[in-house]
Amino acid sequence: MAEVLLKIEGINKRFGGLHALSDVGLTINKGEIYGLIGPNGAGKTTLFNVLTGLYVPDEGSFTFDGHNLFQAKPHVVVNAGIARTFQNIRLFAEMTALENVMVGRHIRSKAGALGAVLRDRRTREEEKAITAKAWELLEYVGIADVADERARNLSYGHQRRLEIARALATEPKLLALDEPAAGMNPRETEELKELMSKIAKSGTTVLLIEHDVKLMMGLCDRIAVLDYGKKIAEGIPEEVRKNPRVIEAYLGAAHA
Amino acid sequence: MSKAFDSKQIGLFIASGIALCVLPFVVGGALGNSWVRIVDFALLYVMLALGLNIVVGFAGLLDLGFIAFYAVGAYTYALLGSPHFGIHWPFYVTIPLGALFAAFFGILLGTPVLRLKGDYLAIVTLGFGEIIRIFMNNLNAPVNITNGPQGINLIDPIRVGAADLGSPINLFGMSLPPVYLYYYLFLVLTVIVVIMASRLQHSRIGRAWVALREDQIAASAMGINIRNIKLLAFALGALSGGVAGGLFSAFQGFVSPESFSLLESIMILAMIVLGGMGNIAGVILGAVVLTIAPEILRDVIGPLQMKTMGRMLIDPENARMLLFGIAMVVMMLVRPEGMLPSKRRKAEFKDAKEAAAQKG
Repeated sequence: MAEVLLKIEGINKRFGGLHALSDVGLTINKGEIYGLIGPNGAGKTTLFNVLTGLYVPDEGSFTFDGHNLFQAKPHVVVNAGIARTFQNIRLFAEMTALENVMVGRHIRSKAGALGAVLRDRRTREEEKAITAKAWELLEYVGIADVADERARNLSYGHQRRLEIARALATEPKLLALDEPAAGMNPRETEELKELMSKIAKSGTTVLLIEHDVKLMMGLCDRIAVLDYGKKIAEGIPEEVRKNPRVIEAYLGAAHA
Repeated sequence: MSKAFDSKQIGLFIASGIALCVLPFVVGGALGNSWVRIVDFALLYVMLALGLNIVVGFAGLLDLGFIAFYAVGAYTYALLGSPHFGIHWPFYVTIPLGALFAAFFGILLGTPVLRLKGDYLAIVTLGFGEIIRIFMNNLNAPVNITNGPQGINLIDPIRVGAADLGSPINLFGMSLPPVYLYYYLFLVLTVIVVIMASRLQHSRIGRAWVALREDQIAASAMGINIRNIKLLAFALGALSGGVAGGLFSAFQGFVSPESFSLLESIMILAMIVLGGMGNIAGVILGAVVLTIAPEILRDVIGPLQMKTMGRMLIDPENARMLLFGIAMVVMMLVRPEGMLPSKRRKAEFKDAKEAAAQKG
């Protein structure tokens, strides 16, 4: 039995009269690539925002790696080891690629205002380590050649990679990617797939939201399907693909 | 860091150092001591503008009540170093104390406005600035703390050992008047504030502020504690406002609530915007220009009207504000990013322009 990394149970989230998530529960095991699919408006991104602390769930339980993260603030969630990217890329547009990743090191570094002003040895060394780690991550995702470019000037594919590098800078145990392949051409998607496999192999668990069902089936170890804020299926890709409720809700609707 | 400077920069550094050291003699000799006094004020405003720049320029939080922290620093010094309460604590206690009080007030202001942005933040901070001023104005009854609108006078000058900056000092056969002495004190503190601001800017904290300014949600997703980083900006900005306030108090020998009006807050903000928000050199330039220019206008407008029209058509004070307003409007139309913008800010303005062009 694989080791459980993240477990949510009975998560409910309402926006006024809209019941965006009702009684959603799922478990993500250490080291796997876990996929979250569902038609538009199924609540995938809402669940994602709950898992990363941007939305406060109304009810339920949320444990991650021994931490209770129910209704925790985003920085607490990041500190516990969950990092994310955004569906509509949210880089710090006017910072360079390198600086973006350096911001990602914030939670794993300490220097405060006093250290910044005095610039003592520890602060200088930490700053050096931050820069070195940021370079390393840019190389890891394959965009070190554009380190000094402003994030907004990067190509779409590079921006996606930079967002992943920035998230990795927080040393996550779980990397949550919100539609990373959206808007990418087949070659870029293939490269991204390789990157995600590489990340998973290095021991980081990956949570993935994606529209590209084919990509998900080939990449994920397990998949959960959301529809109208409810989880309708969970399991290995083959099972999920054959599940009649999934075909009806998702694939069926697409084929109709 | 020393390896980052080449010989040309070192030369420039030494030259500007010498220029700053002889400045009061040049200005005093050519224009008289009243102009040295104006230069002193320019330095105070540089400190204030750099403090506000931390909040507005770095962290992107619009603060229209910044003068309140100047007031807190000034009143702390005044109350603890004047015959008003008969307390005469030395400056090295009262100025840091004033700075700490100001930082405390910064957090006091920052806490309720954590969730506010843009216009709403501006309105609340504006209200806060006015509250402090009104408090100073009315805290003379039932217990007389601030002496109300009359203000506090006979405030102790700064004394370093036996030297009293409030009266002329003889040095190398020259008699240096107080405005010269304060110039050097202010210069030293301004340099410290500049170094602090620039080191903060290029640090983990500075990066977190920029991240906060550019995208608060992404910043929180990077693990930045939004509450703490905002409060830190308010506190550190207020800190240098408090230092400037204490110095102002000692320099003037008199404080009253009048010195801390909304117009002052707006002037300091204007210095930042005009100079180049977020860029330390730009902010310094903005503060100097906006302190000196109105004084030049004061000297020019009156005599010019007498000469050309033979009488005062417009009150010089009004004309000054009129010209100042026009200059601001023109500046915002022609060069909204300021005289010396930071690279990042410049790019942000360019983006906004391009986005507008695409829409239009």
